[in-house]
Amino acid sequence: LSSPFSQSLRLVAPIGNRSTRGIHQLGGAVDPESSQKKRRTMLQYLSDHFYDVEFLRGYFLQNKMDKVHQKNRSFAHLEETHGPNNAGAFFILKQGGAVKFRDKEWIRPDKYGHFSQEFWNFSEVPVEAVDASDCAINYEGLENLHLLKELQSLSLQRCPHMDDWCLSRLYPLADSLQELSLAGCPRISERGLACLHHLQNLRRLDISNLPSVSNPGLTQILVEEMLPNCKVVGVNLAEGLKLGPEEQPQDTDRPIPA
Amino acid sequence: MLPRVLSLGVRRGPLTRRPGTLRGGFSLGKVVDDRWYCGSGVRPTSGCVPFRTRNRAPHWQDSGSAWGRGYKYWEEKLSEIKKKIQSVLPGTSLHPLYDSSHLPPDHSDVVIVGGGVLGLSVAYWLKKLEKQRGALRVLVVERDLTYSQASSALSLGGIHQQFSLPENIHLSLFSASFLRNINEHLAVVDAPPLDLQFNPLGYLWLASEKDAAAMENNVKVQRQEGAKVCLMSPDQLRNKFPWINTEGVALASYGMEDEGWFDPWCLLQGLRRKVQSMGVLFCQGEVTRFVSSSDRMLTKNQKEVKLKRIYEVHVKMDNSVEYQPVECALVINAAGAWSAQIAALAGIGKGPPDTLQGTKLPVEPRKRYVYVWHCPQGPGLESPLVADTSGTYFRREGLGSNYLGGRSPTEEEEPDPENLEVDHDFFQDKVWPHLAQRVPAFETLKVQNAWAGYYDYNTFDQNGVVGPHPLVVNMFFATGFSGHGLQQAPGVGRAVAEMILEGRFQTINLDSFLFSRFYLGEKIQEDNII
Ligand SMILES: Cc1cc2nc3c(=O)[nH]c(=O)nc-3n(C[C@H](O)[C@H](O)[C@H](O)COP(=O)(O)OP(=O)(O)OC[C@H]3O[C@@H](n4cnc5c(N)ncnc54)[C@H](O)[C@@H]3O)c2cc1C
Repeated sequence: LSSPFSQSLRLVAPIGNRSTRGIHQLGGAVDPESSQKKRRTMLQYLSDHFYDVEFLRGYFLQNKMDKVHQKNRSFAHLEETHGPNNAGAFFILKQGGAVKFRDKEWIRPDKYGHFSQEFWNFSEVPVEAVDASDCAINYEGLENLHLLKELQSLSLQRCPHMDDWCLSRLYPLADSLQELSLAGCPRISERGLACLHHLQNLRRLDISNLPSVSNPGLTQILVEEMLPNCKVVGVNLAEGLKLGPEEQPQDTDRPIPA
Repeated sequence: MLPRVLSLGVRRGPLTRRPGTLRGGFSLGKVVDDRWYCGSGVRPTSGCVPFRTRNRAPHWQDSGSAWGRGYKYWEEKLSEIKKKIQSVLPGTSLHPLYDSSHLPPDHSDVVIVGGGVLGLSVAYWLKKLEKQRGALRVLVVERDLTYSQASSALSLGGIHQQFSLPENIHLSLFSASFLRNINEHLAVVDAPPLDLQFNPLGYLWLASEKDAAAMENNVKVQRQEGAKVCLMSPDQLRNKFPWINTEGVALASYGMEDEGWFDPWCLLQGLRRKVQSMGVLFCQGEVTRFVSSSDRMLTKNQKEVKLKRIYEVHVKMDNSVEYQPVECALVINAAGAWSAQIAALAGIGKGPPDTLQGTKLPVEPRKRYVYVWHCPQGPGLESPLVADTSGTYFRREGLGSNYLGGRSPTEEEEPDPENLEVDHDFFQDKVWPHLAQRVPAFETLKVQNAWAGYYDYNTFDQNGVVGPHPLVVNMFFATGFSGHGLQQAPGVGRAVAEMILEGRFQTINLDSFLFSRFYLGEKIQEDNII
């Protein structure tokens, strides 16, 4: 009299030879917020017992996601009044990143998010480098980077929302982009790296510390094959030890302004 | 909350440990004591009586006043009250062995036949777009929870916008945006995020001289509708992908964004997890019969038409000859390759030929093979999904120089869809020669694996069927997508839900996908099907 349902609930992978897929792939997903897990156990308990708590938590989750979208809205309307470079630069500065106009100093917001407004006068000067490390840029926000037609160096280190979809959106920068750093982005995998083949002018690419890349050594070799004129920085194949997240080298790969 | 608290109180006491259920329906051999068997919806009245009187009898004799009757009397009285409460509360089955939670409910507002991506997507959007939380009761009936034959699980997971019909382009763009934000749409509190494993490498379609003009036209439409597709000359092609032999290629179109392939299993699982968290019921069983009523109506020119309405769905449970009737207001036919059978159950296509009654749902299972091969010298990391002029296609799978691909057979070569066995000669004779011609490195490939699946093939015009049936007024279709149903699922689900809740398509106009086109003979041909 055992219930047929309890057995079949474990959705097994379809018969045949689907060795590459199955339910385990769900578990392998990356959760950038996993550090907050512990604090949630009380909430988790509550939501197991009260539907309203679960509903509220769903609401907060949604709220958090809406905020990211809000931060990444299109700044293209500024393009008409201030020119594409200023619009793009303003987007990055609002995000908390730094920009460098040609022959000028880096402009970087302070810890309160304030930044010097003098760049509005540079509307004729192109932006040549962007350091968006640790910014909440996502797929939609990347559109604002397309405004920067002469961007040579771009750092997207440790951006929590950069994923494989985003990498397929860098090709409009292909004509000018020479340096790209993706180091430490938690969601980027070898699948996204594959579409960097559009960036034929790339001279330097940093793909170190990408936890979602399943096979860093092999991936690096294949990326090098795909971009023969580019120096690819990634795993140091000679170095046997892997650094933990706390010991990650900070700031070593800041883009060097040309 | 209330039922939970009450059921806790009811659960104690040895006498109440009886299989009692309000659901249950046609027993399935699970209910042992038939005095406690309560058929669907029937309140237990007479069934309980013999038990009660027999037990109570001795107490009438031994004492006069209630207070003098002692502890034992009150205990029994209490357990009786508990039993009564239990019998009016739904779903408080007390014995773990006689759990009836896998049975479908007696009634549900919407019954969705088929728990593949299309069925689940309709369920998701119905719950998402309902005006009030919990307003709609939705039941998904799926006969095989392992999805061993379902197209959703056996498909290649490709998504592209290089269609010739604007509707298909819109659907695909909508799906791309859905999949990109899948962890927002399908977020479940405390569940790990989904890893869709999306490979954003694009589709590369090759056209011979004969088809070049059509390709150029199609790309114009695609760009107008917002797809990021570019055209490439054979020279550009050689430059970008040196491993391609461009002989016989006049033009190529290449998708730059929102195109590639993903893990269909992940989408299926994610949708399932989400709809269950939204309160959609999921049950294993096969839909075997519809019970319907019919109304006779006169058209403007005094012709009589019979309008049918399904009011009961019979769900046959696994390993059993018995069934459970489910009362319903709407039925969604999302049974994929088998949806014509479901339509026939509702009487669709049973009538004189050339009438609307006699128009069948022209969807049938067509067997398609997928082969996996290994080729160390094959195309590198950058290789997109290539759709050759011959109809052959392939793509990279993982990093280990593995590739997979196949080819749709011509009408004459169409294999028997009886089972899902793989024909290896088909690869040798019909696929490999084309592969080796297009990519010379593939001359030395080694086939490692193969599988087959069914396309939900629309023989009329290879396009989806969406929306209500004109005569069986409460059956809605979401089927017939002939090899691109997976990528269209998010958009189609939304369209069907809008049709049900708002009475018209809002986000994407799919009027040209309505069933009536089969009767009117209005083909909407899609050129780019592989
Ligand atoms: C080899 C192959 C490759 C493909 N590649 C792609 C691709 O790259 N991109 C793309 O977009 N699409 C692709 N497809 C097509 C795609 O898989 C289908 O169009 C899509 O999965 C259809 O989804 P569905 O939910 O309608 O069907 P299914 O997944 O087949 O679901 C129908 C379900 O209904 C159930 N059912 C049937 N009858 C009953 C009944 N009487 N009672 C209860 N349940 C019932 C079945 O068990 C089944 O699970 C491919 C298909 C195949 C076969």
